Amino acid sequence: MRELDAKEITDNIKEMCIEANLTLSEDMRDAIDKAERDETSPLGKRVLGQLQENLKVAKEDRIPICQDTGMAVVFIEIGQDVHINGNLEEAINEGVRLGYTEGYLRKSVVRHPLDRVNTGDNTPAIIHYSIVPGEEVKITIAPKGFGSENMSKVCMLKPADGVEGVKKAVIEAVAAAGPNACPPLVVGVGIGGTFEKCALLAKKALTRSFDKRPSDKMIKDLEDELLEKINKSGLGPAGLGGSVTALKVNIETYPTHIAGLPVAINMCCHVNRHVTRSI
Amino acid sequence: MKEYKISLPICENDIDTLQAGDYVYLTGTVYTARDAAHLRMYEAAGRGEDLPFDIKGSVIYYLGPSPAREGQVIGSAGPTTSGRMDKYTPTLLDMGLKAMIGKGRRSPEVIESMKKNGAVYFAAVGGAGALLSKCIKSAEVIAYDDLGTEAIRKLYVEDLPVITVIDREGNNLYDSV
Repeated sequence: MRELDAKEITDNIKEMCIEANLTLSEDMRDAIDKAERDETSPLGKRVLGQLQENLKVAKEDRIPICQDTGMAVVFIEIGQDVHINGNLEEAINEGVRLGYTEGYLRKSVVRHPLDRVNTGDNTPAIIHYSIVPGEEVKITIAPKGFGSENMSKVCMLKPADGVEGVKKAVIEAVAAAGPNACPPLVVGVGIGGTFEKCALLAKKALTRSFDKRPSDKMIKDLEDELLEKINKSGLGPAGLGGSVTALKVNIETYPTHIAGLPVAINMCCHVNRHVTRSI
Repeated sequence: MKEYKISLPICENDIDTLQAGDYVYLTGTVYTARDAAHLRMYEAAGRGEDLPFDIKGSVIYYLGPSPAREGQVIGSAGPTTSGRMDKYTPTLLDMGLKAMIGKGRRSPEVIESMKKNGAVYFAAVGGAGALLSKCIKSAEVIAYDDLGTEAIRKLYVEDLPVITVIDREGNNLYDSV
């Protein structure tokens, strides 16, 4: 049994919150560079040029890429042979609190959805725990902005709707999101499971690196087909017209019930932030 | 696509000239307000009270910035989604608001009110907050300090790049794509 001090989790989460908000992963940066080269609309190209410039300024001057530094979504995989000394949930929230206050990140969380008083430190985080074999702890921090989160959707399709129904749901969700979700988008799609499981799959899909493709050929092809269809919509960068509306469609699947075909579409803007560390 | 440099407060002539699709650099004073500040202003207006700034002829930037580091004027400072302010906007337009900077679609009621009152809607590029912050030369909280990032700030901007999305005739760039 490995012993791990909760403070180590706090320290890592603090750093990861800051890092995630100042720099994008290499696959995201490459995708934006490629979009700028490929975009056919002059205005769209100009918008993408601003996004490239923005990433440079953010990194050099340590200014968050986007002022919406998000609600901190935390995926934590805990090896079953690890014992954590201390209160894990408090340790995670303390890491978020320190990261957001010391890192000059925006505090965007209210304590109650209806009385809407800001908690002042961006806590609590949204935490997804899983227990896995081994003695490592793997943490992914994915700060999620709400311009795109608000345009996300869960559709409880019928089995008879099939793959065509899934495509329609995704395409319609992108059209409904339009300029509000800050295209070019990363579209996270969850198919299967239950109502809540497919939403979680969609969220998790957003954290998958672009070079990691699904082993299931049908899903890999579906990702490519949906990306092509979305980009033919003409919505373009910032929704101002153009050939690049999405950078990537990532799909995750899970077994489901004989009566159902749940589909969740989690929209993410071009500031698709995620940092992973194993400790 | 035409390009203009416009000084704020925006004059009637500029409002008449701008067409959906025009690229514009704005220089002058804008006020930040987003969800919570809009609710407060809307309620204040309902009670017949003065707003925290002179809304007549003013420009609102839908923005809740991240905190400034030492030596910086402001933190990241890009637009938030404008549609959430739609419920309150016609009231502010009736009171003299002349331009809004944000991103995303507006309601038919807002567009009708813009036509009636002669106002324009600009989009700044969402998710480019670090870059846009460089155009902000001064920032001062002038009201609702308790709202944190949602407080009303008076900003002086220089050559803030925006795109005219909805002009005073109601032409809408988002509808043409």
